[in-house]
Order: sequence, then C-alpha cells, then structure tokens
Amino acid sequence: MSTTELLKRAAELFPGEVVTTAHVRHLDLPLQAGKLALITLDNGFDHTKPTTFGPGSLAKLSEALDQVEAEAAEGTIVAAAITGKPFIFAVGADLKGVEVLKEHSDALAIGKGGHDVFKRIAALPVPSFAFYNGAAMGGGVEVGLHATYRTVSSGVPAFSLPEVFLGLVPGWGGCTILPNLIGPSKAIKVIIENSMSQNKQLKGAEVFELGIADAIFEPADFLEQSILWAAKVLKGEVAVEREEIDRGKAWDDAVAWGRLVADAKVHGAAPAAYKALDIIQQVKDQDLQAGFDAEDTALADLIMTGELRSGLYAFNLVQRRAKKPFGAPDKSLARPVSKVGVVGAGLMASQLALLFARRMEVPVVLTDIDQERIDKGVGYVHAEIDKLLAKGRIGNDKANKLKGLVTGHLDKAVAFGDADFVIEAVFEEMGVKQNVFAELEAVVSPTTILATNTSSLSVTEMASKLQHPERVVGFHFFNPVAILPLLEIVRAEKTDDASLATAFGVAKKLKKTAVLTKDAPAFVVNRILLRFMDAIQSSIDEGTPIETIEKAVLPLGLPMSPIVLLELVGPAIALHVSETLAAAFPERYTVSENLTKLVKAGKRGFYVWQDGQQVLDPEVLALLSFGDTVLTEEQVLAKALDAVAQEIGLMLDEGVVGEAQDIDLCMITGAGWPFHLGGITPYLDREGVSERVIGKKFLAPGLASVPA
Amino acid sequence: MPRTARDVVFVDGVRTPFGKAGPKGIYAETRADDLVVKCIRELVRRNPNLPVERIDEVAIAATTQIGDQGLTIGRTAGLLAGLPKSVPGYAIDRMCAGAMTAVTTTAGGIAFGAYDIVVAGGVEHMGRHPMGEGVDPNPRFVSEKLVDESALFMGMTAENLHDRFPHITKERCDAYAVRSQEKAAKAYANGDIQPDLVPIAVRNTNPAAGETGWGLSTTDEPMRPGTTLESLAGLKTPFRPHGNITAGNAAGLNDGATASLLAAEDVAEELGLPVKMRLVSYAYVGVEPEVMGIGPVPATEKALAKAGLTIDDIQAFEINEAFAVQVLAMLDHFGIADDDERVNPYGGAIAFGHPLASSGVRLMTQLARRFEQRPDVRYGLTSMCIGFGMGATVIWENPHFEGGK
Repeated sequence: MSTTELLKRAAELFPGEVVTTAHVRHLDLPLQAGKLALITLDNGFDHTKPTTFGPGSLAKLSEALDQVEAEAAEGTIVAAAITGKPFIFAVGADLKGVEVLKEHSDALAIGKGGHDVFKRIAALPVPSFAFYNGAAMGGGVEVGLHATYRTVSSGVPAFSLPEVFLGLVPGWGGCTILPNLIGPSKAIKVIIENSMSQNKQLKGAEVFELGIADAIFEPADFLEQSILWAAKVLKGEVAVEREEIDRGKAWDDAVAWGRLVADAKVHGAAPAAYKALDIIQQVKDQDLQAGFDAEDTALADLIMTGELRSGLYAFNLVQRRAKKPFGAPDKSLARPVSKVGVVGAGLMASQLALLFARRMEVPVVLTDIDQERIDKGVGYVHAEIDKLLAKGRIGNDKANKLKGLVTGHLDKAVAFGDADFVIEAVFEEMGVKQNVFAELEAVVSPTTILATNTSSLSVTEMASKLQHPERVVGFHFFNPVAILPLLEIVRAEKTDDASLATAFGVAKKLKKTAVLTKDAPAFVVNRILLRFMDAIQSSIDEGTPIETIEKAVLPLGLPMSPIVLLELVGPAIALHVSETLAAAFPERYTVSENLTKLVKAGKRGFYVWQDGQQVLDPEVLALLSFGDTVLTEEQVLAKALDAVAQEIGLMLDEGVVGEAQDIDLCMITGAGWPFHLGGITPYLDREGVSERVIGKKFLAPGLASVPA
Repeated sequence: MPRTARDVVFVDGVRTPFGKAGPKGIYAETRADDLVVKCIRELVRRNPNLPVERIDEVAIAATTQIGDQGLTIGRTAGLLAGLPKSVPGYAIDRMCAGAMTAVTTTAGGIAFGAYDIVVAGGVEHMGRHPMGEGVDPNPRFVSEKLVDESALFMGMTAENLHDRFPHITKERCDAYAVRSQEKAAKAYANGDIQPDLVPIAVRNTNPAAGETGWGLSTTDEPMRPGTTLESLAGLKTPFRPHGNITAGNAAGLNDGATASLLAAEDVAEELGLPVKMRLVSYAYVGVEPEVMGIGPVPATEKALAKAGLTIDDIQAFEINEAFAVQVLAMLDHFGIADDDERVNPYGGAIAFGHPLASSGVRLMTQLARRFEQRPDVRYGLTSMCIGFGMGATVIWENPHFEGGK
C-alpha cells in the first residue's frame, strides 16, 4: 500500500483526530544563505492542547514534504526546517488513535506510515533542521531526529521518549536513530531509564548536553537564533561536531546495562523495554532501514498486547480521571479553608503539617498532650523546611514564610478556634479518636471539617457521638505522604456534600489524587493489599519457603516484593489493619500468628542485611512456626490473584468505590502498582482470573484491552 | 560637591524591520514587548564588551502604554530580555518623540553622573494599539478653544501646515516622497540599512495574510520601491476633501521597535565600546498644536543656540518624515533645497514607516551610518515633530571627523 493509502485507511479508523497542519513558509536566511522552507507544526489550538500526530496529521506533513521536496529538487530552497507552535514542538502520537486499533495490520500501518513520512525529511536533497522550540515527546522528538541538525530552546520544559513507560517502543525512528546519534548508553538513558522512572522528562539544557541537539539558544529569541545558526551551518561558518560512537564492546555493554535497568523495574513482566533494547542492539550495524522495520514490527506487536492497552488505560486514569474525581460533589459547594489544625505532633502529624503548609500556604497549628511533644513536632517541620532551603528547592523568604505558618499550641481552643479544617493523626483506637473529636467539637465552629487519617477504623463510628457528624470525613494518606499521590477521601454515613466538596478542594490544593470511597473497613488500597498479603502470609505460614514466594510474584513486575513491602509499611501497622479486616471479614482475612510474633519481638521484617546482602533473619526464622504444605510458584501466584479478584468483586458489589477504574487508580497512585498491570483489574481480566473467580471481567472490552 | 558634566556617546543602535499595522501586517501576531525585547538582546549580543550588570537604566518609550505596551515597559522589557534583575527600567511617553526623549533624558542622567550606561529605545505596535486608543481628551480643550479640534488628528495638522505655507504644494510633497522611496531602495541595495536590523520571527495563522506558520521579518514592510509621481497623484486625501495629504506623502501606520546603547564617553573608552556619535545638544519646543509639523524649526534653532552652532555647521540631517510638508517647511525655513543631499540620504519614514515612539532611534542609527561613511562631516542632527504641538532636535558630533574637507 502507498503511504497515502496507508494513512487514508488509518485516518478512517480514527475519525476524531485533532489534525495537526504542517504549514510551509519560505523565508530568506540571514548572511545571504538562501531560502529556507520552514515547516510549522500546529494543530490550531493554543499550548493547552499540544500538537500530536495521528494519521491525518502525518498525511498533512507528507503533503508539506511533497512541496518541500519539489522545491529542494528545483533548487528554490537551500534547506528545510521544522518547528512548532508557541511553547510546543510536538508531543507525539495521538494515543487515542492507538486505542482504537483492532488489527495487527492496522497497528503495523501506523508505524510504517510514520516512518514513511519522517524518512522523507532525512532523504531531502538539502540539509534539514529541527528547531525544538518547546515540549517534545515521543513522535515529536522522533520527527526531529530524522533531520540533519537540531537546535533546542533552553526553555524546553519537557522532552522525552515516553513509549516504554506506556508499553510501546519509540517506533518512528527513536530506537534506531538515537543510539546512532548519541551512542547507546545515552540513548538507553532516555529510552529506558528515564521512561521507566515515572516518565522522567529532560530539560532543554540536558537535550543539548546529551548531544541530541547540536546547539542551544535561549527562549527569548530562540527561533531567530536557530535560523541564524542554520544559515551559519549552511555557509560553513559553523562546523557541527558530534561525539564519536564506540561500536565495539561498549555498545553491547550499554545494552546489557539497559537490561539490568529494565529488570530492576519490571523483572521481565512487561515486554516493551526489552523489545526496545533488542532494536538498540540490532542497530549497532547502522542499518537504519532494518532498524525501522524492526520498530514497525515491535510497535505493532506491542500495540496488540494487553500490557500496552493496560498502560494506555493507566495513563488515562492518572492523566484524566485523577483530575475529575468520580462521585465528588460540585466544587462550588466547597467552603474556603484558610487555617488548618493537626491533632497530634508525632511523625505522621508533622509530615501532614509540612504538606499542608507547603501546598496550601495557610497557618497550620499542631497540638499534643504536652509542650515537649509539640516542640518536637514543630521542630521537625522547621528542620524539614531548612532542608528544602539548603537544597535550593525554596528561597529564604519562602522558608521564613513556611516556618511562620507552622506553629504549635497546647490549648486546642486557642489552636483550633478559627481553623476551617482539622485533621487528627493520633493513636489508631476508636475510643481515643472519638474523644479527640468530642474535644474538638467543643472548640471549633459547627462547620469546621473534622478529618481523620485513620487507615482502617470506621469513620461513621468515629463521628457517631458528635452534634455535627455531617462535617466528618476520612482523609487517608499513604506513606510517604510527600511522595505517594493517593488520598482516599471517605464519605461517612452522615457526611454532607459541602464537607465532602471542601475535602476534595483541600485535596486538590495538596496536589493529591483524591478518590472517593465508602466508609468500609480499610477502604481501598489497604483492603486489597492486605488480602494479597494474607494469601502470601498464609502460604508462608503453611510452609512455602520465602524464596518461592519471592519468585512467585515476579511475573507481576511489582515495584517491590510483598516481603519488602511488609518491612516498609511496618509489621505493626500491617498487623493492626489485618486485625481490623479480620474482625470485619473473618471468613476472608486472618491474623497471622507469625506476624503477631514478629511484631511482639519488635522485628521490622524477615530480612537482615549481611555484608551488603539481604538474607533471611535467622532470629526471625527461629521465632516463627511453619506448616508443611509447600506450594509451587504458580500456586502461590494463583492463590494471591484469586484472593485479590474476589475482594475487588466484593468491594464493587458493596459500592466501596464507584467503578473498577477507581480501584486501579488507587492501586497505581497509592501502592505504586505498575502501568503494565493497569493497576490490577486489566491484568486480572486478561489473565482470566476475573472470569475464574467472579465469572465476568471487571472492565468493558476495549477499555484496557484490544477492542473487539 | 564639585561636579563635572560628562560627554555622552551613542554606542550602538538597532531596530526591528518596520511593519505595516493591521491584520495582514507582518507583526499582526507579534507582541509589542517582544519586539523591543529582541532589540535589547541584539544590542547586548553585538557588544560583547558590555558587562550587562553595568547597565544603569532601561528607558523604553511607547505612546499607548496599555496591554503589551503597558506595565512599565522599560522594566518588563529588561527582565524579558534577560538583563540582571538589578537593572532598573521605566516607561516614557512623548508620542512620536518617545525614543528620542528616552535617549535625551537618560543622556542627561549620564552627563549628571547618575548613569554610566543606559539602554534607550521605543516601541509602537499601531496594529495592536491604533492611534487614539483609549484617549480621553479633557473637554476644556474644545469648550475653552484651547486647541482646535484638528489638533488631535495629525493628518489635519499637516493640512493646516499647507494652509500656513501655501507655496509648499502637494506636487512638491509628492516629489519629495518619491525621492524618499528612491533613496531608501538605494540604501537597501548598498546595504546601508540591514546591518542595524534585528530579524524577528513572526507567526501567521491567517491565510489571508500570506503563507502561514513561522516566518522571519528581515526587511521593512512599508517600502514601495518604484513609486512615481503619477502613482501618487491619484491617491485619496483622507483628511480633507481635495486636500494635500495622502498615504503616499506621509508615513503610514506601522509596527516596530528600536533600542540604543548610550554611555559616558570615559566609560565607553574604559570598556572598549564603540563610539558612533557624540551628543552635542538637544532641545524640545512647544508650538501651536494645530500646526505641530512646524515644531522642528524652533527646536532646531534652540538646539543650535545651545550648541553655539549655526545651521551652516550641520552637514547631515535625519528628519523624521511624518509628512513631507513638515520636512519641507523646515527645509524652507533654513533655506535648504528639497533635494539637498545632506538631508535623509538613506530615505526616511515615508519609505521605512513611522512606528511612533520608536522612530527617534531610527534617525540616530541612520545618522550614525552617515557619520561612519562621511568622516568629512563634523555635525549632524536628528529632528522630529511631535503630536499636540512640539518639536525636538538633537545635535550630534561625528567621532570619525577627520578635519575640514
């Protein structure tokens, strides 16, 4: 099929595309260097809707290149260049166009169509330039890689090849050209390491330092200086020098290192990184066309995988659903919050105080049972602010401001009398929490939000003895609170819309991903994690060796093993949540005797560090007792996944959250469960676990899978 | 404390190519502040010996100081140009003589010892800010007959000037205009103009205005080479039926910006900065607002008197061509021929355009070019008329002067 036919067919599959036009404009280069054809990529919207490439956009670029090619052949232009609309170069393939693909052949066409068009830039009979004026991602980066030379603006805030992060490979030349331009290690840093580190973005200066761009200019007159530079290159006044690439063993070593990086992140569980590395290995021989062909195949294969569909689904959850929390009341109902109170001055409370002060920049007052504890809590926050200052993250004035915002007071009436939002982070015991709320109610206004950071107690019960239970909400953060984005907002039985809207308003200011949950035991993340852990722990208790357990869960590609997670959470907290859940659902959750023993002995986990190695702690092993049922790796994994699927099914039946998507959003942002699982339900669906356990899939077909 | 006035020198000056105001103009989608910011950056780039932290002031003029010409544009432009935050700036307005006033006012500061080095310039985006945007003239002007209503409309004041000097005919004005276009075209051909132009990246999303996408502005858009007396004869006279003023013998409505670098002469020497002109004297004078075009006459007389010079000492003239009649009124007064080769040798505003508050520095860059090419010339002047009845003249000395002819 010709490129035109290919793109026409692809465009028919994707009628909703926002088409990017490739405007061709001619200008006289400085220094009498001749005429330049400058292509501007522009989708006709402002920078809030970045320019993307779908099949229609590729066809437009192809048309522009028809014209430029002819002019270059006629000799009416001496060079061609490509740049973007203000603030945006181009942010890559339109992912919506990938989601609609059903056939391998159509997926192949997308890859090939992009290559066919982009290759023409390199094939022009005149030199070509890419001027990276603003954000460039994926196919946006790649279109520029096909040019002879590149400049970048020092103001570029985001530049990346995010394909592996989503479950793809850079498939419009990225895997092939980049290692041949800047060498395999740097290319792998961009394609694999950055992409797998929460899609880390490069800034303009780094793009230049890596050698992706040949010159860098400040944003104020970036385009003017880029054009002048191009003229100098054409006139031979500037010689472009690039680092020599070692095509010997260093190339193989770089790819091997890339595999280690990928293993550390996904343990082989997601295919994209490995496919990208295979191509990078292959293009060591500089056969670009073979590289492009390999990209086409890899791209098409990946597009048809559940991992990629899960990745796109997860991306949509964190990019879109997270911004409009499902079931949250109208935000106009929210009351302003201009002062925050924190009950307790322990570590958790102090971390909350720091977060509230930094993000909301309103006064935050801590209280506790004695002045010493208060001083310690406030001192902690002030010390953390000083650390931010020392790192240059904030300036002196901001540090002074933040420190001034965080104070402590022994008298709750003084501390909270004019607070709009008070959160408690005291000991996890119902009686203690009820007393705290009763004390608070006596000193705050009737509309002050009373929030609890409880991880598992009933918020309804906590509010039950108050005169105004309608202002109580659960506000469950995840440790470390400064890093994990999730905030479970719990609606108790009597919580009113205004209070809930206020809580969502606060969550937004805290820049948290808020998910509305019902007041059900342990809410979402802990309930699922603990059910998962329950299956793991009971396997251990019954006699399966820990080494088997560790290997059993590797196919999931979790950020850490459940054993390490237990250590991170702390056995005591795990035990506490486990007790709550066992009390609520005794038929599904058990309190592990071994875990109880571990906590009693004050142990932090199963492992100790010995000579830089993580080994099972012999003292712990001596402490515990095991049965003699040894499961295989497959049996352990099936047991754990069945348990999780069953629990999610029950939670959806109970209405703990509105939809399965919220479960996944919670697992991604609160537990760090990976994109290639789509959180968890896409994985359970595609592995057949859902059908086996609850008799149906969690998600509609096409949502996180290849559409039927 | 004893104080010695210091000599002030014009180190360098640049400008954007001037554009036609309006939806199809080259700068239709370009901000005014960006225009002047790019001029300041080019000045800094062209003068690598200049330590930017030594700049003591950024004075930028604009007539309509709102929107992208507001917000104390001298300050914002300095920040946007990447000058150190310690460099202050302010905004200036004297309508058409804005940039000229930015130069003379900061020059006064240099002479006094308050500044060592300054940036002075101006900008006017008449497409984004049409003349008279947001004005609110005091009704007393009319009720008390302080000025005639025509004083508010520059074209009408130019017609009034024809009334005062009936011997300056439309034909003379048109002939002058044709020569201005011819001289400008020749200056371009000789490369006398381009070295001081700052190319500007311009975006166009309007297909009616030509090729869309990013382009580059490198030449003055208003120029009409090949203009003839015949082509001018038929143009409309929009300010008066059967009048004299046409789009052909007056400057148009334009977008553009300029910036210059001034320094105390000893500081320029210390830093190894070039000296293109030395300031001799300057003067501003008020005249009847209804005939503001006569302003350059008394302003020049005053500036000459302050310098102890006579008109015969001036061998190079850069007179702003707001209207041909206003230039001819001045030439007649001083007995200079319409086509005297000392006057606007590279053409003037009738060809290049006149983005109000920016024009003063354009006159200076052209005079500096003349000084460079003519070491036999010792003194030159830049002069312009100003709305609401004023004139301005700055007299300069040529540092390249090599003694008598």
